[in-house]
Formats: sequence, C-alpha cells, structure tokens
Amino acid sequence: MATETTDAARLGLGRADLHGLLYHMKLQRALEDRIIKLYYQGKIPGACYTGWGHEAIAVGAASALGDRDLVAPMHRDLGAFLVRGVEPREYFAQFMDRADSPTRGRDGNMHFGKMSKGILPFISHMAASLPVACGMAMACVMRGEARVVLSFFGDGASSTGPAHEAMNFAGALDLPVVFVLENNQFAYSTPVQRQTRVRNLADRAAGYGFPGEITDGSDVLAVYGAAKAAVERARRGEGPTLIECRMMRMRGHSEADDMSYLPPGWKEHAQAQDPIDCFVRYLRERDLLSEAEASQMDARIEAEVDEAQAGAEASPHPDPEEAARDVYCPGDGETRWLRRSDSARAERVDAGGTGEEEGIRWR
Amino acid sequence: MAVMTYLEAISAGLREAMRRDERVFLIGEDIGVFGGAFKVTKGFIDEFGPQRVVDAPLAETAIVGSAIGAAVMGMRPVVEMQFADFVTDAFTQVVNMAAKFHYRNDWCVPVVIRMPYGGGLRAGPYHSSCMEAWFVHTPGLKVVTPATPEDAKGLLLAGIRDDNPVMYFEHKHLYRHVRGEVPDGYYETPIGEAAVRRQGSHLSLFTYGWMVHLALQAAHRAAGEGIEVEVVDLRSLAPMDKEAIAASVARTGKALVVHEATKTGGVGGEIAAFIAEECFESLDGPVVRVASVDTPVPHSPVLEDAFLPGVESIAAAIRKLAAY
Ligand SMILES: Cc1ncc(C[n+]2csc(CCOP(=O)(O)OP(=O)(O)O)c2C)c(N)n1
Repeated sequence: MATETTDAARLGLGRADLHGLLYHMKLQRALEDRIIKLYYQGKIPGACYTGWGHEAIAVGAASALGDRDLVAPMHRDLGAFLVRGVEPREYFAQFMDRADSPTRGRDGNMHFGKMSKGILPFISHMAASLPVACGMAMACVMRGEARVVLSFFGDGASSTGPAHEAMNFAGALDLPVVFVLENNQFAYSTPVQRQTRVRNLADRAAGYGFPGEITDGSDVLAVYGAAKAAVERARRGEGPTLIECRMMRMRGHSEADDMSYLPPGWKEHAQAQDPIDCFVRYLRERDLLSEAEASQMDARIEAEVDEAQAGAEASPHPDPEEAARDVYCPGDGETRWLRRSDSARAERVDAGGTGEEEGIRWR
Repeated sequence: MAVMTYLEAISAGLREAMRRDERVFLIGEDIGVFGGAFKVTKGFIDEFGPQRVVDAPLAETAIVGSAIGAAVMGMRPVVEMQFADFVTDAFTQVVNMAAKFHYRNDWCVPVVIRMPYGGGLRAGPYHSSCMEAWFVHTPGLKVVTPATPEDAKGLLLAGIRDDNPVMYFEHKHLYRHVRGEVPDGYYETPIGEAAVRRQGSHLSLFTYGWMVHLALQAAHRAAGEGIEVEVVDLRSLAPMDKEAIAASVARTGKALVVHEATKTGGVGGEIAAFIAEECFESLDGPVVRVASVDTPVPHSPVLEDAFLPGVESIAAAIRKLAAY
C-alpha cells in the first residue's frame, strides 16, 4: 500500500478527501450488505448482484472526475453512483422494484442510471455501454465541451465484440474516454485465463493505439491516481486510456452462485485483500483516521442505511397500469438530455478549468 | 417543388435537417470523403465538415452505440448502415439499448438509423434482405418505409425530429428508379399515417416500400379487367395506421397484403391478424398475403425473380380474391 505512487499527499488528497473515499467505500459495502440480507428475506425480486471487493475501483475512479464528467458504470459500481450523489434510498427502491425507484419497477438491481448525475444506465449485455460511452464523449468533443467519460467493464466483458469495437473506435477518433477494466479474475465461473490467452488485459490497449496500465484494484489510492492521470490526459485531448484494475471478487457472481468453482483458499485470500480493510489500515498507520472518526463514520453510515431502507420499504409498488406506458418518448425529449449548460465555456469552468481553454480537440 | 429521384430526396432531407439544426450529424462507413456507398452523402463533408459527417471505422456496434451515446447527450445523430443487412452486427445496441431506454429510464434516444434494404439488385443473401419485421417486433422503435421521393424526404425529417429511435428503411431499388415531385424546404410526412395511393371499391391492398409501385401496376392491370383495387401505402410500420387499414377494409370487404419480406413471421401476418380481430364484420373473404418465398434472398437473377413477388403474382392474387 504505502508505495510512493499511492501516497495520499502526492495525489493532493487531504484528510477530508481521504475520509470521503473511505466513507463512500464503506457506504457501498453497508448498502450491499443490507441488500444481501433483504434478498435472503425474499424482499428483492430477481437476482442480487453486489460489488464486494470492487469498492476501491468504483469509488477511486469516480472520485477522479469533475461534476460535469460522465460515467458509464457496470453492475459492481454502486460506489460510483454514491460518489456522484445518488441517494441510498434510490438504490433500495431500485432493488425492491418500487414505483419511485429510478426505473419505476421497469428494471431491477444495478440496471439504472441517473441523468442529473451524468450516469448512463447499465444494461445486462456485457460491454454494451462501452460504445455508448464513446458516443457521449463524441458529443462532448463535437460541442467543444471539456468533459471526460469513465467507462467500466469486467474481465469477461473484455472478450466481447462491443468492447473491442468501442476501444478501437475511441482510439481511432481520439475520444476522451477512460476505460476501467475491473479484473476480478472471474466472469461468473470462468477464470480470466480461460477468457483469453493474453496475460495482461491492459496489453490490449497497444492494439488500439493508446496506453494501457495495470493497477492494484484493491488500493483506492492506486485506482484514484491512475484514473486521475488518465482523466487529465483525456481532458488534454490526448485520447483514451485503459486501466486494468486487478483484484479479487469477495462474494459469488450473484447471491445465487454456489462458488463451487473457486480454487481452495480463494475466499481467505480475497478477504485479506479487502479494499476497505486495506484502506483503513493505511489511514490508521499514518494517523489519518482516529478511532473516534472511524466509529463516527460507521454510526453515520448505519443510520443512513436504516433510513434509506425504511424509506424505500414505505414506498409503493408500481400501479399495474404502468406496465403498458412510456414505451415511447412522448416528444418532450428536450428536457431529458445529459445537457450541456448554456455555454461550452461554463462547461469548462464546471470541469475545473478557467473557461478559456479550448474544448477537447478531435484529430 | 422539384422533380428528383428517391435517392436525391434522401440527400435533400439530410441536407435540410443539417442546415436547420446543428445537433444533427451523420455517422457511418465511407460516408464522408467518399460520399457513401450509394453516394447519398456526396459532397456533405465539404459543406458540413468531418465532425458532422463522421467517417467511422468498420464497426456497426460502435457506430450505432456511439450514436445512442450522442443522442442521450442531446445530439441528433443519423446513422448510415452501408447495407441494412449489417445491422445484425449492431443488434444489441438497437433492440436492447436504444429501444428500451425510454421505458426503463425515461431517457429519450433521438437516433435515426438509415437502412438501405431490399432486393431486385441481384445482390444476394447479404445485401438484399428486408428485415423490418425484427424491428416492428421490438417495442420502443419506430419503423418507416417510404415508397416515394416526397415521403423519403418527409419521413426522414420527421424521423430526425422524433425523440425516439427510428429505423428508416430506404429501398435501394427505388434509389434511382423512382422520380417524383418533392416539396422544397422543410416539411414532415407524419410517422404513423398511411396514404391511399389509388382508390377502389372491390378490394384493399396494403403494402409498403418497393411493392407499392408493383401493386399500383397490378391494380392498373386489374382495373382493365373491371376490378377496382384500393392501394394503401402504409409508409410507417411502427406505429402502423390501423385506422386507415380498418377504414379501407370497411369500404371494400376484402384485404390483400403485399410485402417484399419473406412471408413467415412478416409484417403481413400482423396486418392479417389485426384485420381478423378488428374488422371481422367487414370481411367478405379471407385475408390474403403475397410475399417473398421463405428462403434467403438468392443471388441469381432467375432465382431472385422466382423469390420476389412481381406484378404477375400480385395481379393473380387480386383476381382470385376479387372472385371469392
Ligand atoms: C453479452 C452477455 N452475455 C452473457 C451475459 C451473462 N453474464 C452476466 S454477468 C457475466 C459474467 C461477467 O463477467 P465480468 O465481465 O468479468 O464481470 P464480473 O461479473 O466478474 O464483475 C455473464 C456471463 C451477459 N450479461 N451479457
């Protein structure tokens, strides 16, 4: 952990920033822990996916973005939603298929997004959001907005056609997309060695003509640092980056998974690499988190989780009449884009610039 | 008004849309510098520049997916499939991304996918297919199939302004074979409205695309034999103008459906089922379909002619149904 590159000070992160990272990682874990309990109580229709072990990636990478940047998450990235301001109550309502959930019961679990937070809704098809992320970035470039898109996918998804097409496309068009590959070593039961003959998935980037790097996906500061550098590169108009984040999945593929395929010792090994434990240890060793602060954070999270759950449980199921509605956009699309603000200049200020710099160039 | 070909009308519609609205851009293979496989966008890159006429890598998933991404950002992309057949490589993006986005998330996806489709060009199994039924069967998509230059421009402009994903089927055989008057400037042909191309009291013929022209020839022939056929050009398949269908069947009592796509699972089955369900009392005979044979589109001219409906087979079906 305590290598030079992961040093908080070098990354310009102060105590409050570090606590912010930890808070979001812990909040993700606590929410998903609660969802698992609700699932076993029969309160969650359908399948139950969590991102245990992925928190450093979701939180670390999303924290490297500016407010006006965009995210195309996958199914293990709740932390990215939280960093961008999605409410825990929305998450519970979504898993419980309630009427006031982000998809109003039309879709479940992590298949949601939020326009006002710049989060593209995930669809089941692995890597299908990568090409869409490219288009979001392309629109920004066309309009002279200095915004960057973070696009997440798994090691299994890295084998799909859409992943290859999208990365090649982003390279060919110099798009400001950062591809974050969450290599948890398994795609359901298939180990990454069976996924491809390539040993370092990051090497793929060479084939698309942009940098690829490997980082420790259990180390939130490593992920943050790699993402930050890639986002800055993209914002300078230097094109995409592929970041392979290596880590270990801490639970089954879904809660229905018997995990019979995992090699002996996997769970213990994964437990030892728990990104939250690792980060707490890092902070404690450097006196960056006091015992009182830690217990305060835990108490706050527990209260937030309780409140969010209660709020979602109190909300209604959808009206059956709703099933047949809203297949088509009624023509008020104008109100529903991931809009730019009134001028591209304002965008650039929002994105942390002075407003005087150009939008991202397109070769 | 100017007289132009179907292809020129599409170009005119694209140009009109791009001049009016800076959010409209084009993306596809070889559409920029080269002007497109069929030259629909010839010269566009000079007027609009490479950021609005995007020459993309050969990657249909990336092309359609990126158009969707730009659309949710508030742009209005128009995608060119080099041939409609290649849309299979982008199927997930069309049916699972674009089509379901509004229902699931309330996000609107204003993307138009131009689909150069259809046979008669001796182009074989991979450059001739009529796959509109796949998309009609996908809630969330709109599907239009213009048959005339006027509608080619008008439906394109309506599609570009629509906030939903629109599959715009442009028939390759009509590109240079059909000419007609096209209004100047901006106008829309409403999506979801059929047009009666010929009035008649004995029998209703519902069709779209290239077959509109063959149906009119067959109807003309039938008129010589004393059979007056009402030819209804559906123009849009999703949404479909069911009122126009019901009204026509109420007038004539007989319904013939003609399409170029293969018969089984085709749009004709849906039209026939609708008529059976909703117009039973008006019917004075079976609903009949004329469509292509249930095979891939064969390459040989002899085989393709045997595969496709023709004026002859449509006229024969008209005669038989009229006599029922
Ligand atoms: C195109 C596609 N094929 C199959 C599936 C079924 N499926 C869901 S998740 C998954 C494994 C995904 O593995 P990976 O991309 O490594 O992500 P992880 O779940 O391990 O985080 C599979 C096969 C799918 N969702 N999409």
